[in-house]
Amino acid sequence: MKLCIHGGRIVDPANGVDKIAHLCIENERIVSVGEPAPDFSANRKIDASGLIVCPGLVDLQARLREPGQEHKGTIASETSAAAAGGITTLCCPPDTDPVTDTPAVANLIQELARSAGSAQVLPIGALTPGLSGKQISEMAVLSQAGCIAFSNADQPVVNTRVLRRAMEYAASHDLTLMLRPQDAWLSADGCVHEGAVSTRLGLPGIPEFAETLEVTRLLTLIEQTGARTHLGPLSTARAVQMIGRARFDGLPVSASITAHHLHLNEIDICDFNSQCHLRPPLRSQRDQEGLRRGLARGVIGAICSDHQPHDADAKLAPFAETEPGATGLETLLALSLRLTEQGVLTLPEVIAALSWQPAKILGIPAGTLSPGATANICIFDPQRYWRPGPATLTSHGQNSPVTGWELKGRVTHTLLAGRLVYALDE
Amino acid sequence: MSTPNVSELLVTLSNRLDQHLQARRISQPLMIGIHTGGVWIAKQLHRRLGLGEPLGVLNISFYRDDFTRIGVHPQVKPSRLPVTVEDRHIILVDDVLQTGRTVRAALNEIFDYGRPASVTLAVLVDRPGRELPIEPTVSGTRLQLEARQQIKLEGPEPLRLTLLESEPPEKQK
Amino acid sequence: MKQQNIQLDENGKLRHFLTTEGLKRQLLVDILDHAENFTTVGHRSIKKIPLLRGSTIANLFFEPSTRTRTTFELAAKRLSADVLNININTSATTKGESLLDMLRNLEAMHCDMFVVRHARSGAAHFIARHVAPHIRVINAGDGSHAHPTQAMLDMFTIRRHKGEFADLRVAIVGDILHSRVARSQIHALTTLGVHEVRVIGPETLLPREVKNLGVHVHHDLRAGLTGVDVVIMLRLQRERMAGALIPSEHEYFELYGLTAEKLAFARPDAIVMHPGPINRGVEIDSEVADGPRSVILEQVSNGIAVRMAVMSIIMGNRFGGEGERE
Repeated sequence: MKLCIHGGRIVDPANGVDKIAHLCIENERIVSVGEPAPDFSANRKIDASGLIVCPGLVDLQARLREPGQEHKGTIASETSAAAAGGITTLCCPPDTDPVTDTPAVANLIQELARSAGSAQVLPIGALTPGLSGKQISEMAVLSQAGCIAFSNADQPVVNTRVLRRAMEYAASHDLTLMLRPQDAWLSADGCVHEGAVSTRLGLPGIPEFAETLEVTRLLTLIEQTGARTHLGPLSTARAVQMIGRARFDGLPVSASITAHHLHLNEIDICDFNSQCHLRPPLRSQRDQEGLRRGLARGVIGAICSDHQPHDADAKLAPFAETEPGATGLETLLALSLRLTEQGVLTLPEVIAALSWQPAKILGIPAGTLSPGATANICIFDPQRYWRPGPATLTSHGQNSPVTGWELKGRVTHTLLAGRLVYALDE
Repeated sequence: MSTPNVSELLVTLSNRLDQHLQARRISQPLMIGIHTGGVWIAKQLHRRLGLGEPLGVLNISFYRDDFTRIGVHPQVKPSRLPVTVEDRHIILVDDVLQTGRTVRAALNEIFDYGRPASVTLAVLVDRPGRELPIEPTVSGTRLQLEARQQIKLEGPEPLRLTLLESEPPEKQK
Repeated sequence: MKQQNIQLDENGKLRHFLTTEGLKRQLLVDILDHAENFTTVGHRSIKKIPLLRGSTIANLFFEPSTRTRTTFELAAKRLSADVLNININTSATTKGESLLDMLRNLEAMHCDMFVVRHARSGAAHFIARHVAPHIRVINAGDGSHAHPTQAMLDMFTIRRHKGEFADLRVAIVGDILHSRVARSQIHALTTLGVHEVRVIGPETLLPREVKNLGVHVHHDLRAGLTGVDVVIMLRLQRERMAGALIPSEHEYFELYGLTAEKLAFARPDAIVMHPGPINRGVEIDSEVADGPRSVILEQVSNGIAVRMAVMSIIMGNRFGGEGERE
């Protein structure tokens, strides 16, 4: 099988490429970027004129809901949504049911993803069995079973001694940790940022320092243990500053944010809009600006979808009783592209934050268009306007805080290992 | 068509009312005017008849039968009945009697304050257009008006009747 | 994207009454004026007017409150409406689906208005957003968010005693953080244009950005009460000790309990209010609660007239809006 993507603007930040060219694929690998070799005769051609051709996106955090919550989404349904969002690789947190704390669950997830065939799924293993925060899990075995990193999802590891051991153990086996910083006590019962909106609406708040306090604890442990740790998604400007200093000091720490936190803040909750019930919560406008600055300065390496599809009922209740999270796979690219129009990032920088930088954080050979690389490719029309909603989203979860927004930039084709897994107009 | 002089009508109405009260042997009536025109007329009658007790004021806004169509007005002033109506002879006063709906609402409201011994209805102008079986006990005059014609009492000083054409006739006060 | 104010209809008139926030001053004054008219109904031999005859009002209480439910019920009955009292065990309706199912059932019974009390902030907004278009919603207290009719009866009581709002200094004392009453009072007072609103309490019982609501913050009761015209005491929930918000009832009363000695710092003609039910000896001394400056019982009877006013305004707006001008 030979495929030629014809005349698109190739944007490959890893190789510093940004030019109009042809991209040739043979079987599952990229063979050339530029003029096709004289002996290359394509079986199939994709006309990409006016379109942008970039590496398939790498999403550091997306919940697929399987196993355990198949009424909200399945690996098949959500990887198909990933393909529609141009995402070819994604990591799923371990808070499945059963928890991803055994090779059996890790294998099951990968097996289901392979048979669905829409995206590469990398399970994140549980840092502690059952996410209980009491002991450390079999990280080496889980790693061999395909777990790309280790996390305790939204469950806290309250006991600092357990956390220290887990980090030391991960460091000794060169494993990556992915932790979301939030102090368990300060965030208990909270559902929104503690600030102007929690004051006005009488909703229990999560203070800014629930995040920064935990970042302080984690940075101290990273410094002591040397564990390679990814923190995210972040929600506060101060946490970004702290991580920026730690990176300057040479700590092995990276950070990510969600596309939603770049465009929304607590004010969007307005009169109890449960679609804006997110975790971490939407914070102040100042925080939102701080996150954008952190991204522009490179402190934050990756933008993730933090995809959390829900059934409709999950959002139909008084605000605090609704489940947090938003569907995000299919809006990730378009929301991130907004940053170019708003002057925060250039187009190659946006692509980098969505592909080769998260790949680097994970330590996987993805997110590039280098000849020889696996042909995971996203093609999108940067001029195409669309509105997220039931007519345009394929995810089981329709719970989006940006439903009805006019977004610019839409994926037209997605290739996974050289195979077309999504085509908008076909 | 010229409108009748209010002062002359008041003399007529006052005399007829006095005769009626004497015939019925009512000595201590309680007078109640319907907001707003009825109150102006009631004030004049109250003075002419030399009644002892203060005048009652009835605002029938809470009893209208068209609340479901027009809602309630924010500047409604509540009814003010200075003494109990229980077992009293009431003189209910209004300016113009047309459909009878206002009087119906007023009677309902009076009965929510208590059970009067009797109610006499005195109106300055009686005109056609009845939609309910309600008739005045005494009136200052009876005018034969067309349905499209509307007669309105303006006041409080001076009191004057004006005639308007082509207004919808079914409006309550 | 900015949502339109769900409380108002297309003509800017009150459609639901969910919060005192974001409403124009004239709208609040109209409620007070109406309430003034309705106070006379309670003094008649038949304490009933036929304004809402044929309408059905459902009191949906997801959180028990005999007192509030009773005043809403009396208000509805004095307007001749039919009243359904529905007390719902919240544990049975934690899922949104069953709550909406119940609303659909009540709609099928041709209810015209829901009076909603719920332990969660935003519950009344949620219900207002999901009811059929002809149904009106009044918030009878949602979580720590709002209790607009209580705030309006407090405004009514203040106006009856003080006349104009413009020169008043009002102090609200106690657990502002968890108080839906305080939030609604603050919005109403600032909208009605009082000179100053103060909140008095320890930092643990104040919302993080309470100053954003346009109030002055005091931690000392005596300093905070100095020169005020109105003192509003809030109820202290006993479970606040467990949350480490205050050390003990005893210390709370020591610092923030209203006694005659502390009340002396307020203006000599200051009135004392409390939304009830009172914890005597915790937030207020019996001597003050039952004293000549207390208007606490009056608040209760004013509550009926204010709720009649809100119900009749909302139902009137539903029917056609503009009351006929005279």
